[in-house]
Amino acid sequence: MQRENRWSGRTAHPGVIRVTHWINVFAMVCMVMSGMGIYNAHPILPFRFPEAVTLGGWLGGSTVWHFAVMWLLIGNGLAYLLFGSASGYLRARLLKVGPRDVLRDLRQALAFRLQHQSGDYNAIQKLMYLGALLLGVLMVASGLALWKPVQFHWLTTLFGGFATTRVVHFAGMAGLLGFVFIHVAMVAIVPRTLLSMSVGTSIFDKKKEPGRDGQA
Amino acid sequence: MDKPDPKRDHKPASEPFSGSAGKQPSQPRRTPPGIVMKDHRRQLENVSRRLFFRQGLSLGALTMLTGCNLQDDTAVDRALWAMSRWNDRVQAFLFDPHRLAPTFRLDDITDPFPFNAFYAEDSVPDIDLSDYRLTVSGRVDNKAAWRLEDLRRLPQAAQITQHICIEGWSAIGQWSGVPLGLFLQRIGADLTANYVGFKCADRYYSSIDMPSALHPQTILALDFRNDPLPLKYGSPVKLRIPTKLGFKNPKHIVEIFVTNDYPGGYWEDQGYNWFSGL
Repeated sequence: MQRENRWSGRTAHPGVIRVTHWINVFAMVCMVMSGMGIYNAHPILPFRFPEAVTLGGWLGGSTVWHFAVMWLLIGNGLAYLLFGSASGYLRARLLKVGPRDVLRDLRQALAFRLQHQSGDYNAIQKLMYLGALLLGVLMVASGLALWKPVQFHWLTTLFGGFATTRVVHFAGMAGLLGFVFIHVAMVAIVPRTLLSMSVGTSIFDKKKEPGRDGQA
Repeated sequence: MDKPDPKRDHKPASEPFSGSAGKQPSQPRRTPPGIVMKDHRRQLENVSRRLFFRQGLSLGALTMLTGCNLQDDTAVDRALWAMSRWNDRVQAFLFDPHRLAPTFRLDDITDPFPFNAFYAEDSVPDIDLSDYRLTVSGRVDNKAAWRLEDLRRLPQAAQITQHICIEGWSAIGQWSGVPLGLFLQRIGADLTANYVGFKCADRYYSSIDMPSALHPQTILALDFRNDPLPLKYGSPVKLRIPTKLGFKNPKHIVEIFVTNDYPGGYWEDQGYNWFSGL
């Protein structure tokens, strides 16, 4: 089918993806910083986060920030998923990945020979982005289990109880930070991706396929 | 056709972002597509740098947000308070009056059960039990004060439930006492009122919504682990409400009132979310 691949091979991300991406950056930064403030009230590891990286100034401020921005995070995430699945974007960009591609690209990546091709994610990228999406789902689910351990006690029980859910929620955050670290490092190596995720310029598309975008 | 369109190749990359547009050769160049990219690399790097810079600015804006802590009257603080009131409504909607908090076994009980208050343990109020009176006020028919013996003569309920603190720690304890719903009926409280408020001997105060007050596991606890409440756990009467965070379980209660006017609370007035349901 032609329409199915509408989004593959195009460097410029559709507007909805670009907007939700940057809203998500803001929401995630707020959630992580306020979450670190909440963590500091009763750390589960033998350290506290410096006050400079927390949000809210004190436990009450951090919790209210956390429970305010969570609506933005969830609403924005739903908009992304709804658009991504309805438009075929997610299927074209992320979901077509087989074990053979993964093995091939992993071998290339380990040899530092994996190329970045705008508009066509390699298998490692697909796995990273899918992993980040799954971590996002885990964060929302474990967050809900911490926020409502009585109303949704089956969910809290599924995570192993309130105290264990805290550890899961923290580990998920650490995993997402790991993703962000690699993600930003890759953007620094291939800075033009910042363009396609921001202004969404399609100037690169034409170089590869002059027939696109109405150009003759 | 492969012929690069000069307008589309040069202008979009240089015009909006780069100040060096004037220095670029203005005549259309007939270069193969592979080389055009190279020609633009410097400009593209400029664009990327600017985007990084712009993001740096918004991160800077975020560090200004970190000062918003609910203690001032800034626009952001007002928005945060409004969101907290919105969260009160969502939680009231999510609250199921028939859903019970999970209960635990005797050997699950946390020992020693932690002490927690807005002061150190050696500042716990010393209350003379023989003088103790629980007063009731507000939208109630019978405003007579209650002695401890009167409370003990009412039907009692016991529970082993988990106390969850807003700080993130949790502990399992065993409490027994008078179901608050039953007590409210005995004093002829207006059960359609919005709030039940509590005043404590240590100047602490708090309030809860009526549906949560009538929940079967909400009790005026008199005992901890089958013994009268020790001072550090809230002697002689504390509210045990396992459907709410720990700070909504006031200790050393000396007055209960029923009202339609939002009573707030010690922590709630400083910014803790008021409903704080679990």
